[in-house]
Amino acid sequence: MPQSLLTVTNLTVTFGQTKVVDDISFEIHPGETFALVGESGSGKSITALSVLRLLPNAARMRAQSITLQDQDLLKIPEIEFCKLRGRRIGLIFQDPMSSLNPVMTIGAQIAEVLQLHFQLTQKQIRQRVLELLKQVEIPEPERRVNEYPHQLSGGQRQRVMIAIALAGQPDLLIADEPTTALDVTIQAQILDLLKNLQQQTGMALWLISHDLALVSNIADRIAVMQNGKIVETAETGEFFRQARHPYSLKLLAALPKIESCLGKQAEAKPALLKVEDFKVYYPIRKGVFKRVVGHVKAVDGVDFELRAGTTLALVGESGCGKTSMGKGLLNLIPSHAGRVLFDGEDLSQLSGEALRKQRAEMQIVFQDPFSAMNPRMLVGDIIAEGLVSLRPGGSREEKQNRVADLLKQVDLPADAALRYPHEFSGGQRQRICIARALAVEPKLIICDEPTSALDVSVQAQIIALLKNLQARQGLSYLLITHSFGVVAEMADEVAVMYRGKIVERGLVEQVLLRPSHSYTKTLLAAVPKLRAG
Amino acid sequence: MIVLWTDGLIYLLVLASAGLVCYLSRQQHMRRPLKKIAANPVAMASLTLLLCFALIGLADSIHFQAGDSRGNEAVSLLDVACDTMRKHGEKTYSAPFAAHGYAKESIPAPDGSTRWDYPRLQYGGAHLADPETEWVGDVFDKTFSGFSRGAGLMLMVLLLAWGDQHERRRALWRTSSSKAVWATLFLVVSGCYTLFSLSAYYHVLGTDKVGEDVFYQALKSIRTGLVIGSLTTLVMLPLAIVFGIMAGFFKGWVDDLIQFIYTTLNSIPSVLLIAASILMVQVYMANHPENFNSLLVRADMRLLFLCLILGVTSWTGLCRLLRAETLKLREMEYVLAAQALGVKPAMILFRHILPNVMHIVLIAVVLDFSSLVLAEAVLSYINIGVDPTTHSWGNMINSARLEMAREPVVWWSLAAAFAFMFALVLAANLFADSVRDAFDPRRANV
Repeated sequence: MPQSLLTVTNLTVTFGQTKVVDDISFEIHPGETFALVGESGSGKSITALSVLRLLPNAARMRAQSITLQDQDLLKIPEIEFCKLRGRRIGLIFQDPMSSLNPVMTIGAQIAEVLQLHFQLTQKQIRQRVLELLKQVEIPEPERRVNEYPHQLSGGQRQRVMIAIALAGQPDLLIADEPTTALDVTIQAQILDLLKNLQQQTGMALWLISHDLALVSNIADRIAVMQNGKIVETAETGEFFRQARHPYSLKLLAALPKIESCLGKQAEAKPALLKVEDFKVYYPIRKGVFKRVVGHVKAVDGVDFELRAGTTLALVGESGCGKTSMGKGLLNLIPSHAGRVLFDGEDLSQLSGEALRKQRAEMQIVFQDPFSAMNPRMLVGDIIAEGLVSLRPGGSREEKQNRVADLLKQVDLPADAALRYPHEFSGGQRQRICIARALAVEPKLIICDEPTSALDVSVQAQIIALLKNLQARQGLSYLLITHSFGVVAEMADEVAVMYRGKIVERGLVEQVLLRPSHSYTKTLLAAVPKLRAG
Repeated sequence: MIVLWTDGLIYLLVLASAGLVCYLSRQQHMRRPLKKIAANPVAMASLTLLLCFALIGLADSIHFQAGDSRGNEAVSLLDVACDTMRKHGEKTYSAPFAAHGYAKESIPAPDGSTRWDYPRLQYGGAHLADPETEWVGDVFDKTFSGFSRGAGLMLMVLLLAWGDQHERRRALWRTSSSKAVWATLFLVVSGCYTLFSLSAYYHVLGTDKVGEDVFYQALKSIRTGLVIGSLTTLVMLPLAIVFGIMAGFFKGWVDDLIQFIYTTLNSIPSVLLIAASILMVQVYMANHPENFNSLLVRADMRLLFLCLILGVTSWTGLCRLLRAETLKLREMEYVLAAQALGVKPAMILFRHILPNVMHIVLIAVVLDFSSLVLAEAVLSYINIGVDPTTHSWGNMINSARLEMAREPVVWWSLAAAFAFMFALVLAANLFADSVRDAFDPRRANV
């Protein structure tokens, strides 16, 4: 047994009366990759923050001991601890957008850490900054060093964050969901980078993630956290061969699998939605009179067909125009050109009252169930909103009955109608959003990343609910997503979008297992897969 | 009974707020925030104090013709209650609780000679034979007896309430907020009782330059403060809210137009606008003397127009805040979802945008309330504020301003205005704070 680098014994963190982290113990060995896996709210981030003593004010922490090598972290005064953060323990956050200071060049932000922890001259600092940028594989470091965060892409920003964390040459690097906010291809690159850096520097990596598939490719040991407790710790290989704890098994079972697309048959059904040469351009305006000087082509000439009662998945990375497409189809943002035939009717010709009436046929479910509902409205009123505006008439009682009925359809209790959205969990809120869309009896629901803000187990439930509703009511879905797992579970057909155009379209089995376009192949290759045994 | 313009508006305001409270308490989902306010001791104590202020203001808003010595001027219910204070005018300044005047003057003695000394006041401490020896004992005596009578009255009410055997109502008395309410009421009632009974013998807050009782002035000023605070807000709010959320929501030319209006309005110094409109009102009143036949009506008209013009010039700040917040909110997915559900724009504004900007409105209103009362003081200074005959904290501060350099300093007018304003504004702030917290569903269980 090698001597451990970080040992945490009996750590408990409480917020008021609730225990967020409940008496956990673990250790991290030098040079290993330790993954702490759990769903949101399981206390994994709080565990990392409490080791760094960065807990929010409301939190109270208690531990028998936390030692880094031979140093007892609990006994170090705060002023000494400042020197330790960033120097011996580095930290990478989830969101590279908000973790970098937008008014400082990235070079200055890296240099800040160096100045804090090392006695170096200006020249040496610049030298070291360039070295670090090279180390995190940023091209042309001499030019990039003077750029501001907004000039870099999301992946590059995360690389800069890693460079900042590496600047102190830490023994332990804590990465809190380092790739969650990134596209799959970028995610794969960042993980490769972390792995390489670890091999170069010999530091230990403490990875915090909700994604079992991702973790399986990089971690040496895995600890599963549930409700503040570590329920299982095991070597990665052993964990995936035979996980013991029921919760681990449940997590593994809930992962959407690409293989589930096998055996889906194409059914000959009439087309419900037919889109021809559809374009959504955002005008770029300049000058006093706001003349249009050019366009950002979000959706640039797209054709597809969606059959009644089936699901078409639009897959692509962020910025490929898939969300603009969904909003454009619903006329929530103006489309530039093209024809949208819905049930034989040309939507692009509609306006005013006709358009408003037509909205009952097509509905949308958004990605983030937290911002998709007015926090000051009761759930009952939220669901009834569409009824009032698009299906007027009927007494108050009828409406209440209809709301109760809708809540039942999405497996929520009837008394939910008199509560506020914030009283529900993410999955429950997404159910409310689905109920709101169902209220006007649409034929087509556009699901814009319906599960990507949710935990895996909840994700599986929502997918099951959507499939169930489709089977019972013959709904059609236009599924907008970046996750191939969800596509495999739900879709009948797939269209892959890249830079505003559809590059490949076909039956789900064909696209996922026998892709023909090179972009689809790249995407599929980047998807983290569970490492077998 | 005489109903002045501002009186009528105040009655309307009272009716409207009573209606609002009734409506809210009938709505099932609104009971929870109301209960939350009711359970907050600080909020309930501030509300009690605010209601006391409002009660005094209301009593001062019921005017009728008085057939007394002062001719045919209209008097209010408050004037009647403070009759002794109103009529006990001295010649000039006197300190709180003083029995002698503030400045020396020559006093004719019975033997025909004159003496240069502090004169005895006509009313303050007039019952004392020898103020030097009796004064301290008498003040303590009167204070104690006044307080004990007030406290005794409150204790009786409390005992009656306590004796109520009804189980549900008994439970209500035990909450900390009801204790806070009773404690506040106890202090206010016994304090007022003490001051009122004392003011029959002394000027508890002294007298001003023309010898008027400062305590009476401060009480009369409550109505002016409340009118300026509430009526101005009433003028300002619709403008700020409607323009602000329309500019933010519709963008495009609507936004351009509204921005143009408020930048233009902002670039004109508001003092100019106020001075112009007050002048206009004065000219109008001079040309139509038949409609404004008494001093009170004229002063009231001027107060009303001051409220109007203050409202018109002060909506821009809140409007800009609301526009910015709406710009943020209109991109929220729930607004998109409402559009997808075919909800009409007016309904989206009313149901989705407005409730989500109300916290800003509430904070802005309470903060503006205090600055409006102060603005009135500043305007009085350049003679375009309320009528000089209207009692207001602004006028009190303004007249006290000149006397600050005297020796011994005349501090009581300023201190009285300050204490009353402080109590009112602090209570309003604390109450608004808890209202905002209670109506935010996201903080429902904090």
